[in-house]
Amino acid sequence: MSDAVLDVRNLRAWYGTEGDPVRAVDGISFEIRSGETLGLVGESGCGKSTLGRTILGLLPEGAATAGEIRYRDRNLVTATPKEVRAMRGPELGLIFQEPMTRLDPLVTIESHFIETLKAHEPDVKEKEMRRRSLDALGAMGIPPTRFKQYPHEFSGGMRQRIMIALALVLNPKVLVADEPTTALDVIVEGQILEILADLRRNFDTALLLITHNLGIVAEACDRVAVMYAGRIVEQGDAREVFAEPAHPYTRALLDSIISLATTDLKYIPGAPPSLIHPPPACRFHPRCPNAMRVCSTKDPVQVAVAEGHVTECWLHGPEDQIPDGGEQPLERDEIAVAEEA
Amino acid sequence: MSSIGEIPGSAAPQSPEAEIKNEQRAAGVRRLIGQIRTARGVPKWILYTGVGIVLFFLILAIFAPLIAPYGFADSSSGGVDFPKQAAPSSEHLFGTTVQSTDVLSRIIWGARTEIEVVIVAVFFSLSVGVPLGLLSGYVGGKLDRGLVLVMDALFAFPYLLLAIVIAFLLSDKLGQGIITAALAITIVYIPQYFRVVRNHVISVREEPYVEAARALGAKRRTIIGRYVFFNVIQNVPVVATLNAADAILTLAALGFLGYGLQPTQAAEWGYDVQRAISDAGAGIWWTGLFPGLAIVLLVTGFTLVGEGLNDILNPLIRYRRVRKPEIPAEPAEGEK
Amino acid sequence: MTRAHETSLRTYILTRIALAVPTVLILLTMVFLLMRVAPGNPIQAALGGHVPQAQIQKREHRAGYDRPILTQYVDYLKDAFTLDLGNSLTDHTPVTTIITDNGAATVELTVAAFSVALVVGISIGLVAGRWRDTPWDVGGRMFGIVIYAAPVFFLGFLAQLIFADLLGWLPVSGRASPEVTATLSQHTHFFLIDTLINGDFNAFWDCVLHLILPAVTLGLVTSGVLIRLVRVNLMQTMKGDYVEAARARGVGERRVVIHHAFRNALVPVITVAGLQLALLLGGAILTEETFNWPGIGAQLVRYLNERDYIAVQGIITVFALAVVAVSVLIDLINAFIDPRVRYS
Repeated sequence: MSDAVLDVRNLRAWYGTEGDPVRAVDGISFEIRSGETLGLVGESGCGKSTLGRTILGLLPEGAATAGEIRYRDRNLVTATPKEVRAMRGPELGLIFQEPMTRLDPLVTIESHFIETLKAHEPDVKEKEMRRRSLDALGAMGIPPTRFKQYPHEFSGGMRQRIMIALALVLNPKVLVADEPTTALDVIVEGQILEILADLRRNFDTALLLITHNLGIVAEACDRVAVMYAGRIVEQGDAREVFAEPAHPYTRALLDSIISLATTDLKYIPGAPPSLIHPPPACRFHPRCPNAMRVCSTKDPVQVAVAEGHVTECWLHGPEDQIPDGGEQPLERDEIAVAEEA
Repeated sequence: MSSIGEIPGSAAPQSPEAEIKNEQRAAGVRRLIGQIRTARGVPKWILYTGVGIVLFFLILAIFAPLIAPYGFADSSSGGVDFPKQAAPSSEHLFGTTVQSTDVLSRIIWGARTEIEVVIVAVFFSLSVGVPLGLLSGYVGGKLDRGLVLVMDALFAFPYLLLAIVIAFLLSDKLGQGIITAALAITIVYIPQYFRVVRNHVISVREEPYVEAARALGAKRRTIIGRYVFFNVIQNVPVVATLNAADAILTLAALGFLGYGLQPTQAAEWGYDVQRAISDAGAGIWWTGLFPGLAIVLLVTGFTLVGEGLNDILNPLIRYRRVRKPEIPAEPAEGEK
Repeated sequence: MTRAHETSLRTYILTRIALAVPTVLILLTMVFLLMRVAPGNPIQAALGGHVPQAQIQKREHRAGYDRPILTQYVDYLKDAFTLDLGNSLTDHTPVTTIITDNGAATVELTVAAFSVALVVGISIGLVAGRWRDTPWDVGGRMFGIVIYAAPVFFLGFLAQLIFADLLGWLPVSGRASPEVTATLSQHTHFFLIDTLINGDFNAFWDCVLHLILPAVTLGLVTSGVLIRLVRVNLMQTMKGDYVEAARARGVGERRVVIHHAFRNALVPVITVAGLQLALLLGGAILTEETFNWPGIGAQLVRYLNERDYIAVQGIITVFALAVVAVSVLIDLINAFIDPRVRYS
């Protein structure tokens, strides 16, 4: 078992607004080992994309971060922007969601690669740069004859493969894939997932796969973290979490998956909570079918449900921290429809 | 409160449509005003400054007879002849011209001319360009293609050239005057409104609420008139202000070339500058400087209003000042 | 360029030129209607009352103005395409001669002014867009707005005041000093080129000096629009997805801004800059009047005043054709620079 390549502790990333800040990432901890794929699931607007960008230091001007992102003895949160920029490419990589607009339309694919390589290894000969680029593209199934073409000559799926090749050409140890297949059709999605699985097998890359699609997680991830309202509510081995979900939110997500056997639609009532004023204590309590009194008054504590499987939920204790009467069901008139985030 | 479940055309045929109509209409205007009220920073100042300048000239224009010390063609007052090309003094704050007219008075009366022409020109351009754009965008097909071709050709033509020729030709038939100048300017700007409105209509016509109206059986005229119109006119104020700015420049250019208004009909700043050019050689600066500055100021005013509005309303470049937040050291544990 | 590119570029060029034809037709029709609407017919309007009616009718018949309107229209179109624009009513100069004699001056002025507009407009616009909401930005915008609001002839007036009277550095009238004009042997009618061909550097410098004020005046006014456009475009491209993606690969900020943001921001500017040419042609008329620059604009004004409608019609026709030609050229340049354009 290898050591964690990326170790995130109590990470917070808040966006400034004219009023109160948006607490997109509000106290997240996890780790990824080399060669491991961690899936990060959650609804739209729960802060998943922010997490990906925070790791690479790509947040906009008005955002603040706190906590630790431990990578190779360094804390990326406190590192200088220059240091972080130097790491983007050779150490950290990011694949975006929408491939159609991620390449400069005026510039050839070759140019994109040379630029990336020059930014980090300026002393390498251009011939060598081209060779490495073609290798990376070849691994993605893009033939060398297309090296000098322009982005608009490629389909969406191919552009995503080019983006992956660009992200990998410098062999980063950590790769963040932010919903890489959401904008693509199912067949292409399968191909991309194959490529990502390859990474795991052949290159020892630690992959953080951000998605809202549970199917992808089941297929492609070793472990999974379930995110809700800026916090991780459950984490553990993917198969185990799916077989024995501990957190009501995870359970609800799994229940709402549609398959051929579905007869009626199950959904989670209410709407995703505001990230500016999240619900107090357990953030899921307004929509939780099993909510207890303590859930609306005290922040849940992280407990281990099984080996390597943790969750933040009062249903799993710890008992001694629940005040008297706290285990009574929470009284509500109706499921509160929280403000739109 | 009427229920939307009623069959349209039955007891109260207005109800479902009226509700939707009022909602859409109010929403469009409310949104506009709301955004203007909450604007901050640079765009706010740009807008307010522009409005201030325009208002100033409006007041000059409306109250010209009260404000101007003399008439625009007066070369004497109370039996006393004005000096010719006299430098600024207490009687003539901005000096006098080669025709012994008072520069300041001509500036003030000129404001009236400019505002009059601008209002007429913008009004005409709007009344032709916007409906054409609405129609063309909504109906599409051959009509649309034909109109677009014509409008594009018109748009490509150097507009000053067009205005000059039209002014010239019209002056033969209609005589020189406000209408002639305004018409010359009008024709040039119709394509602008047409384009802007048409493009917006095309993007709006597939919106759900338009589809809903169609499904309710609303007539085409109703749909365009009530639903599409109020959403599309958001862009028009910006174009109108820029149009006004250009109209003044065109009018001044016409005046400079001599195709604008006759000096006996009204004062016009461009004409004054043209007269002043020969003065420059003799070092007489006041006859040309003040009318020229007036043009610059008024055009800038309108442009600022347009730019300010655009900054505030245009979602693509709207920019809110954000403060980087302070993240507290430890998250608050326990009770909240 | 790959072979695929070459063929698609060629196709685009041909298609674009073909598309220019309807535009030309519409413009020519517009000119034709314009010249018929008010005056009735040019000869009557120009000479009515000055010359006996019988003579007028003879002239009308000779010029073909008593034929049915449709025939006149077709003939006009034919003439336009063969560039046979007739002779001026007043001095009987062939219109084509008027154009060739004076066209070069206008082209010189327009090209010089356009260059000034591009340089000033793009540089200020890029600076303003890059450092948004800083004094550079606000200052740049204000400059653009105010300079556009200043009519060319007012700037000309100020220039006269400052340079002719106070400073006397630059000439404010004409294309060249009288001595130079008298002795210049004209090959191309482009003074700057002719003086170089003749090897007369004093004359060359004299012409350059004369060109500075008109070109800078007209160019500055035109730059106002460009500044605003470049600024807005740059603000949008800086937020672009590919810019973020390049940053995510660790590409340096400088390179990202200059190589990706600036370049993409300038692409639509080329199209609009082309449209500014139309603005410039109009402004050229004013500039020529202000600075006594003997170009086509000045001729147009002169013939308008003499009510010489045939000359006017001829000049406007040439203007219309020039505008279309320039717009086609701009589109072709655009296709060369932006690979996406060729593929639609």
